[in-house]
Amino acid sequence: MTTVPTFSRGRAPGEPPPAEPPRAPEPPRRRSPLAKREGRVAYLFLAPWFVGMVLITIGPILASLYLSFTEYSLLQPPEWLGLDNYRRMLEDERLHTALRVTFTYVLVSVPLQLALALALAFFLDRGVRGLAVYRSIYYLPSLLGGSVAIAILWRQIFGTEGLINQLLGLVGIEGQGWVSHPDHALSTLIVLNVWTFGAPMVIFLAGLRQIPAMYYEAADVDGAGGFTKFWRITVPLLTPIIFFNLVLQIIGSFQTFTQAFIVSGGTGGPADSTLFYTLYTYQRGFGSFEMGYASALAWVLLVIIAGFTAVNFLAAKRWVHYGD
Amino acid sequence: MATDLESIAAPDPAALAARRRRDGRKRRLLKHAALIVFGFAMLYPLLWMVSSSFKPSDLIFRDASLIPTEFDFSNYTEGWTALARPFHHYLINSAIIVFFSVVGNLLSCALAAYAFARLQFRGKRLFFAAMLGTIMLPIHVVIVPQYILFSELDWINTYYPLIVPKFLATDAFFIFLMVQFIRGLPRELDDAARIDGCGHFRIFWRIIMPLCLPALATTAIFTFISVWNDFYSQLIFVTDPDLYTVPVALRTFVDSQGESAWGPLFAMSLVALGPIFGFFLAGQRYLMRGIATTGIK
Repeated sequence: MTTVPTFSRGRAPGEPPPAEPPRAPEPPRRRSPLAKREGRVAYLFLAPWFVGMVLITIGPILASLYLSFTEYSLLQPPEWLGLDNYRRMLEDERLHTALRVTFTYVLVSVPLQLALALALAFFLDRGVRGLAVYRSIYYLPSLLGGSVAIAILWRQIFGTEGLINQLLGLVGIEGQGWVSHPDHALSTLIVLNVWTFGAPMVIFLAGLRQIPAMYYEAADVDGAGGFTKFWRITVPLLTPIIFFNLVLQIIGSFQTFTQAFIVSGGTGGPADSTLFYTLYTYQRGFGSFEMGYASALAWVLLVIIAGFTAVNFLAAKRWVHYGD
Repeated sequence: MATDLESIAAPDPAALAARRRRDGRKRRLLKHAALIVFGFAMLYPLLWMVSSSFKPSDLIFRDASLIPTEFDFSNYTEGWTALARPFHHYLINSAIIVFFSVVGNLLSCALAAYAFARLQFRGKRLFFAAMLGTIMLPIHVVIVPQYILFSELDWINTYYPLIVPKFLATDAFFIFLMVQFIRGLPRELDDAARIDGCGHFRIFWRIIMPLCLPALATTAIFTFISVWNDFYSQLIFVTDPDLYTVPVALRTFVDSQGESAWGPLFAMSLVALGPIFGFFLAGQRYLMRGIATTGIK
């Protein structure tokens, strides 16, 4: 039996034949040589991933950390600045605006989006005929929402003579240019993010299916209403999924770029009101080729996102219930 | 009516049940009405865009209705030729990138996933944790060094920066998706194949891959959609107008034509959304499964 695995092992073309003769006199320890071989095969399977990890991911992360301490315009070699880039951030007014814009966007649009997703998932869950159709329709904007085409549509809809103002005009309300007004431009992008509530809704629906019907039946016996059932059964049992969606959406929303770029024509305007953090980083890096400063900005973004995620995980201990 | 007959035949409990049923039906109808109205409101901008793409540009500013009075295809012909190259040039560019991205992701992610799901090797836990850690990594952190690397290789204004990383399993999302899927496959199949003399590559290719088709389909669809929609990296790595992809071409279109040409702009935007909509219709099952297991958009 001990020799069967070593002899019958299939060999991929080009693979060197196993060194059989020296192994023959060995005591019958089966695992070790096989395990060693399995390890080699595994590294072969992982080879593309290793290369990508080093060249495309980890390498650039470290390089970007180094560049963040330098001044670098691509033309001359990087010049060491120490902490100057980070000091500069403290006084960079546009950066502060970008932080304000991005935090407002994340803190307003993510809760709204998730609340809508949860409400509709609850509404759709039990016994609605045509669930699949509704689910698809509500999900469609999530697929399209990040595209340039939809950002173009948004620019028209919320323009001075756009669709929203036409509709407002029908009921006799005088509209205004939403994307062109500093007070409202960001709101249009928040609306766009809320509009893509379908993806978290689908995740909620999958989670709702895991809740045993007997809880609701027991609540029915006790005479609980729909709202009570939602607050006392659905929400507590769904907290792991809510948490999952929250983490995911926060991380994603911090990286919003395309919509702001298209709606503002790449400027972040009007008056920097849609100057998202990523857009500002792009302007510094690829607009004025301040690669060192852009790297510092990117690293701060990474720290902010990691910080938010860490806080989320810490806070989760207080409100997320995992089943016993 | 049946309900009347019921109430006559059996007085109290049946009549009550009938009324409850009637109430239930009314409630269900109300619920459906609300869901339909809400869905319609959500899709209204999209439907209006479709309808507006058939209207003359000046009418777009005055007509909020969904049914165009006449079908005018001039927006499409005008938009198709409005840029330096005809629009299908950009469609083909995007299609090339998407095709190689899909192939690359399928191959490289499946290979890595098989190793993580089925093989024992030193450093597995560390590597797996590192892989998971990169799932959420913002591209903004790595784009500057990547740009420097690719310009050293003279790859700026080629499609290599967009395609080659896909062959190196850099979309860790899909590795994770496939690892989860492969872990769910019965190990007896591998063992049987092993006894029959299959090596790992043959098990991977002949047994695991065919069983992984749903996960592969999900990966393919999501790669297609995310690469087709991707704007950021295409904007950065491709600056030669001849190499523009659909999103970058649209951006140039909106910046050059501005507010005067909404008709052609809408028409070309819809052409850009077309393939995604097609996959949305065809790939429902895989899309829903993909989101439910990994949470991607």
